[in-house]
Amino acid sequence: MTDHTPHSMRTPLGRVRYLGSAHHGTRAFWHQRLTAVANVPLTLAVIFIIIGLMGRNHAAVVQILGSTLVAIVMLLFIVSSVYHAWLGMQVIVEDYVHDELWKLVTLIANTFFSIAVGFAAVFAILKLSFGL
Amino acid sequence: MAEAKASRLKQRPLSPHLQIYKPLLTMMMSIVHRITGGALYFGMLLLVWWLIAAAAGPNAYAVVQWFMETLLGRLILFGYTWALIHHMLGGIKHLIWDLGYGFGPVEREWLTVATLIGSVGFTILIWIVGYLVMGGIR
Repeated sequence: MTDHTPHSMRTPLGRVRYLGSAHHGTRAFWHQRLTAVANVPLTLAVIFIIIGLMGRNHAAVVQILGSTLVAIVMLLFIVSSVYHAWLGMQVIVEDYVHDELWKLVTLIANTFFSIAVGFAAVFAILKLSFGL
Repeated sequence: MAEAKASRLKQRPLSPHLQIYKPLLTMMMSIVHRITGGALYFGMLLLVWWLIAAAAGPNAYAVVQWFMETLLGRLILFGYTWALIHHMLGGIKHLIWDLGYGFGPVEREWLTVATLIGSVGFTILIWIVGYLVMGGIR
């Protein structure tokens, strides 16, 4: 707490570094944009795939979703959008949840939810693709 | 600790919050961007349900297909489609702004109007194509 006195040897940058609400630098901001850019073509591709699957029976859906190219696009879409959603929800929590304990709890819930959703979706596609 | 910290800080005026500003389209769409993002976050459950059902077998998949064809299912899917497209177009607008373009008084307005018209237009287009693929409304 003596950082603010003129006698401190700490630089102005050193005093503010890691003090943001996330206690990280701009990595989250950058990854949010990176996944946003990736999500544009991936989302369009997934919409195209889903339209092609509409009204088809289970056997046809399994065959198409499990085919190599479709499965790879679906996997890329899921990884990129789940990461994007996790980062986005973290920003929302940090903006609105001010109580430190509740913030911790909701941030943990956000991570657990995102990992569970992501792994479940990835597992489902791999299972369809490998035909187990 | 908290008291010591508070007494050392000067009482400074706080910046005014949202309620004092006139609601502008760019601001409303910024809020909608966050709301659609939150909706899509929980909407991921729908995608995962569909994928797990497809991986689980014909019976589980039949349940998903039945739900998606109910009126509630279709409404949720239609809302999901719009939220996805609107969030995508709003995201592209934010990427343009991140690069420093489109901040002029005219550009920022038409960019924002374009995301709204575009999202509604594309959503309807996707559903028309979807129904055509399925061979008409059923």
